[in-house]
Amino acid sequence: MKLPTRIILGLFCLLVAVWLVAPTFVVVPMSFNEKKSLAFPPDGFSWQWYQNFFTNPEWSASLVSSLKVAAVTAVFATIIGTLAAFGLDRMKSRTSGVLRALLITPMVVPGVVLAVGIYAVYLDTHLVGTMTGFVLAHTMLAVPFVIIAVSASLEVFDKRLETAATSLGASRLTAFRTVTLPLIAPGILSGLLFAFVTSFDEIIVALFITSPYLKTLPVQIFSSITRDADPTVAAVGTILFITTSLVIGAGLIIGSRQGRR
Amino acid sequence: MARTGTTAMDSLANNAPAVPASERGTQRMADQPFWLVVPALVLLVGVLGVPLAIIVIRSFAEPDWGLQNYAWFFNSPVNLTVLQRTFTISAWVTLVCVACGYPYAYVMTVVGPRLRLLLILCVLVPFWVSGVVRTLAWVILLQDSGVINSILRGVGFGAVKLIRTQTGVVIGMAQVLLPFMILPLYSVMKTIDLRLMQAARSLGASPARAFVQVYMPLSLPGVYAGAIIVFILALGFYITPALLGGPRSTMLSTLIQNQVLSLLNWGRGGAMGVVLLVATFVLLAIAMPLMRQPHRRGRDA
Repeated sequence: MKLPTRIILGLFCLLVAVWLVAPTFVVVPMSFNEKKSLAFPPDGFSWQWYQNFFTNPEWSASLVSSLKVAAVTAVFATIIGTLAAFGLDRMKSRTSGVLRALLITPMVVPGVVLAVGIYAVYLDTHLVGTMTGFVLAHTMLAVPFVIIAVSASLEVFDKRLETAATSLGASRLTAFRTVTLPLIAPGILSGLLFAFVTSFDEIIVALFITSPYLKTLPVQIFSSITRDADPTVAAVGTILFITTSLVIGAGLIIGSRQGRR
Repeated sequence: MARTGTTAMDSLANNAPAVPASERGTQRMADQPFWLVVPALVLLVGVLGVPLAIIVIRSFAEPDWGLQNYAWFFNSPVNLTVLQRTFTISAWVTLVCVACGYPYAYVMTVVGPRLRLLLILCVLVPFWVSGVVRTLAWVILLQDSGVINSILRGVGFGAVKLIRTQTGVVIGMAQVLLPFMILPLYSVMKTIDLRLMQAARSLGASPARAFVQVYMPLSLPGVYAGAIIVFILALGFYITPALLGGPRSTMLSTLIQNQVLSLLNWGRGGAMGVVLLVATFVLLAIAMPLMRQPHRRGRDA
């Protein structure tokens, strides 16, 4: 490549990288605004919006419900998704191809269409605004991510290891527990994480099946943005960003340490 | 390619020595892997299949049986404008994503490992920020008293109307969807042997010609895969257009939500939903064959 092409390409990449990353950080200064406004630049400095997030029952309740729904969803989705990934892995490739495509459809169905349908069913079955309703819908949305994550680690898993264990006298269950499970644990773990995040972040279905008694955090953020310019949303965004960065950072550090061992 | 790897493993596992007879009973359960998929399928049918079926039925059945809701949809100029706009906005978003993602993914394949890690990190950061918060960030950036306009004013330009315009919606959506373009592009591009371009050069092709005639055709499956994912996701976008858009940039999803939640007209909302659903799956069906990689990697170099 000639030098001018290189410089242009490099600058272009820098611009795209800034465009990808920068909008995230704009939330941070807004969260310390002294005035109740989201206009830029922010005025003064205060912690009041952080205080509001933790003390205002509307906000803290939505955070708690989101955490609950996401935790239960993550557990269910991981179990169901891992089972399915194993089943698909052991099937004839033709059947598994069709089933895999079918099981992944929740990822491409337009959100609002799905939400309207689920809302219709929930109205009839009295599941609107219930924990069960949220967990059912979110688990369905999260299972594909678990299947993808676990399948990826099953693909590199050498099945002969399991065969070796059974030929040495281990029962299938023991072989599974002591050989297979530890080797694909990273896949299951990342599936769990994906499922949690999918549920924690899900908004479209949540907007339809929410009730004044059960609101998840994204719904609360959305209604706050559409209602008024409350910098509390910026504070929430900052907290969420820092938390996930810490979790991912810790994961990376632990991962690289294990890799070195 | 990964799939052929698995089938090779399968046949190896199947050719392994037979398990003792006492184990056969337990093995028969595990040999019917279909049962392992059943919970996922039940969930899928109950929480995805039934709801979608209800939408389809209601679109034909409410308030009376027939095609009235579809006739209404396709005879109303407002709806047709929105439908056309949904496709136009999605096409623009896809175009912006290809234009920005292609060079970016290419650079990812040619730089050193450290810089590559940084570039990948930049692509992944948007994923770990909540979707609603990201849209909020765009509201702060694009609004009339927002970051972009205060910078423009500072440099001496007049204010530009960005929020509640189609441009604003496209900018916001493209940023949210760009990672879905870059990741498939990168996974295809990293398998392309750069020596092929050198070979073309040594045979007398100009750098530009070598790129267009050798590199681009090999990268096309990645472009198709990324573009179709971005386009399909864009068609169904709801949050970003709802927060960044105005009445002149309404997309189909907002219209559906409006019919069902505000007007309680399940038939019309359902018909719109079916239109969106059919469009999505027709596009998927058309694009699937294009996404297969035509070149086969022999051995990893």
